[in-house]
Amino acid sequence: MPNAATAADPFKGLEKALLLRIHGLMVRARALEERFIKMSKSGDGYFWIGGPGEEAFNVAVGLQVKKGQGPQFDYLNLHYRSSAIALSMGVTPIEMLRQMRNVATDRFSKGRNFVNHYAIPEINIVPMSPTIETQYATAIGTGIANARTPGDAITLVNGGDGGTAEGDFHSCLVWANRPVLKLPILMIVVNNGYAISAKMREEHGEKKISDWAKVFDMPAKTIDGNDPVESWLAVKEAMAYCRKERKPYLLEAACSRLYGHSSSSGANRIPESDCIALFETKLIDAKLATKEQLEKTWHDTLAEIDAAHQQVKAEPFPKPESIWEDVFSDGLPDSYPRSGGSL
Amino acid sequence: MANMAQAIRMALHYGEENLGVREIFGEDVGPPLGGVFTATQGLKTAWNAPLDERGILGAALGLAWAGFRPVAEVQFVDYIFNAVDMLKLIANSTWTSGGLYKTPLVVMTPTGSGIHGSIYHSHSFDSIATKLHGMKVVCPSTPIDAYGLMISAIKDDNPVLFLKPKALLRTRGAELIPGEPADEKELKAMIDAPIGDRSKWKPKWPKVGDYSVPIGKAKISHAGTDVTVVTHGRMAPIALEAAKELESEGSIEVIDMRSLIPYDWDAIKASIKKTGRVLFLNEETEITNFGEHLIRRTVDEMFYDLKVRPRLLCGKATPGIGLATVLENFTQPQKPDVLRMLREILSDPA
Repeated sequence: MPNAATAADPFKGLEKALLLRIHGLMVRARALEERFIKMSKSGDGYFWIGGPGEEAFNVAVGLQVKKGQGPQFDYLNLHYRSSAIALSMGVTPIEMLRQMRNVATDRFSKGRNFVNHYAIPEINIVPMSPTIETQYATAIGTGIANARTPGDAITLVNGGDGGTAEGDFHSCLVWANRPVLKLPILMIVVNNGYAISAKMREEHGEKKISDWAKVFDMPAKTIDGNDPVESWLAVKEAMAYCRKERKPYLLEAACSRLYGHSSSSGANRIPESDCIALFETKLIDAKLATKEQLEKTWHDTLAEIDAAHQQVKAEPFPKPESIWEDVFSDGLPDSYPRSGGSL
Repeated sequence: MANMAQAIRMALHYGEENLGVREIFGEDVGPPLGGVFTATQGLKTAWNAPLDERGILGAALGLAWAGFRPVAEVQFVDYIFNAVDMLKLIANSTWTSGGLYKTPLVVMTPTGSGIHGSIYHSHSFDSIATKLHGMKVVCPSTPIDAYGLMISAIKDDNPVLFLKPKALLRTRGAELIPGEPADEKELKAMIDAPIGDRSKWKPKWPKVGDYSVPIGKAKISHAGTDVTVVTHGRMAPIALEAAKELESEGSIEVIDMRSLIPYDWDAIKASIKKTGRVLFLNEETEITNFGEHLIRRTVDEMFYDLKVRPRLLCGKATPGIGLATVLENFTQPQKPDVLRMLREILSDPA
C-alpha cells in the first residue's frame, strides 16, 4: 500500500530517471512495432504480429528481470507480444528488424521464424513458438530448473487472455502448485479483451482470469497494464513473492491492443487507450519532462530505427541450403534424404 | 540376464550416476510403482508427474533448455496424441532457434501391440514419430540394444524419442549387459522392487558400464544372401525366428534398424544390393507407413538392383486393434504371415 507521501504522487515514489528510462523504452518498442507493420504492408517483410499497446506493462517486466544465463537467473517463456520486454533487457532494434525481414543475419532463427520470436540463451529467453500457450508448458520445466537451483531466480511466462482457454495454462497452474514441489513461476496474462477477433466477454465466463489462482490459494492480482507505475509496482511485488517464497503468482494486466491481432486482422490503428500518450501527459503535467523533450525521444528513436532498417535492407537473405543446418545439432548423416522426393 | 525393462532401468541408473541425468519423471514413474512396466523402479531421481502428457513434455523441454538432460515418460504411446504439438516443439526448437538452443532430452514410451491392450494400449506410433523432423527416434528389440541406445540417447544433445516395444519389455536376450550378473534371479533380487510394502526398499545396483549403441546404426541380426528383411522393434525377433526356420529354403538377411531417424540407409542399401529381394516389416498401419517411404527410396535409388518387387508387411489400416486375440492377430503381422511372405519373395522369378 502506498504511504501518505506517495498516495498523492502519481508516480508512487518512482524516480524521475527511471520514469524517463521507462518512457524511452516504451517509445522504442512502439516505434519499432509500427515500423514492422509498415514493413509487412510494403513487401519488406511478411506476417507481422507484435505487442503495441503493451509497452507500459512489458517495460516494467523487462527492466526487473534478473538477467543472465543458466538456472541461477530468470527464465523467460514469452509469446509474440513481448518486444518491449526484450528491448528492456537489452535486445537491440536491429536484431529484431533482421527477423522481420528474414535475413541471414537474423540471430534468433536464421530467417526461419516470424518477427518477435526470439531465442537468446545469454539472457534465458527460451525459443518462442507461434503456437498458442505452449510456453506455459515449457515454463514448468524452466520453473523446475529454478526450483532445483539455490538462489532467487524465477521463471516468467506470459500470454494473452485467449490462450488461457488452452490446457497448457491450466497445466502450468497444476504443476506450479504441486505440494511436493511448488514452482517459482510468475504467470502473466495480458488481457486485451480479444482472442484474435472473438471478444473475451463472449467466450469466457470467469469474471477475472486471475480468479483461477483462488483454486490453488495462490496470490494473484489484476491491474491496469496501461499504467507503467502500477505495472512496475505490481511486477515488483509479484517477483519478490516468487523469489522469496519459491511459489507461483498469477498477474493479470489489462492492456490495450492498438493494432489488432496481427497482419491477419489488418494491423490498423484501433482507438483504444494509448499507454504512451497517457504517460506523456502525466510526465508533462508533473513537469518531469517537456513536450519538446519527449518529442526528441521519438525523433531520436525513429532515426535509430531508420538507420538500422537501412542497414538490414542491405543484408543478404539466407542461402536455400541453410535449411539443412540445425535439423540435428550434430549435423545430418550423408544418407539423410534431401531431394524432396524422387530425383 | 536382464529383461528389456531391467536393461532400460540400469541404463537410466548409469545415466543418473555418470551422465548428469537429474530428472526422470512421468505418470507412475516414481515410487511406489516405478513405471507400469517397472522400467524406473528404484531410480533415485525418478518422480511422479500429474496425469498430463502435455505438461510432462513441456516440463522436459524446459528442463532441456536449462541443461538438465531430463528423461520423461509417456506411459503408453497411445496417450501421446493429445501432446503431438509438444513433440513437434521438442523436435523443432533447435532448428527454429537457428541452433542457439540444444534440446538434450529423452522421451520414452511403450509402443505397439502384443499385450492384449485393446484400442488404447496397442497403438504403434513409429511412422508418426518419423515425421517429427529434428527428433531422433530409436526402437530396440533386445535388452542389450535397449541399454546401449538409452545411454546414447541420454548423451545426445538432440531430442530422442525412445520407443519401447511393449511386447518385448519382459523378454531377454542372448548378450549380457557389461557388469550385470548372468543369473536372472540374482539380478531380480538386486534391482526389482518387492511385492507389498516398498517404502524401505532400496536397489543394489550392479556396476554396469558405459556401453553405447550408436544412434543411426542398424544391426544385421541374421546374415543372408537371398532376401533382405528390414524391420525393428517387436517385429525384429519374429523376423529372426522366421529367418532361422527358413534356413533350408533360403538365406534371409535380417536388418534390425534400431534407429528409425536417422535410419541406416547405407546398411539397407548394401543388403538389398546383395540380395535384390526385400521385405519391409513393421507393425504400423498400412497407409503412409514408414516402410512405404523406404520402398519409394529403394525403387528410386536401386531400381536396377531389384530382382523382384519390394514388399511391405505391416498392420492393417483400421481405427484400432480389437481386443479379441483373433482380431489382434489378424490386424498385426504374425510369424506365419512373415513366413508366407518370405516364401513368396524367395519363389518370385527374377
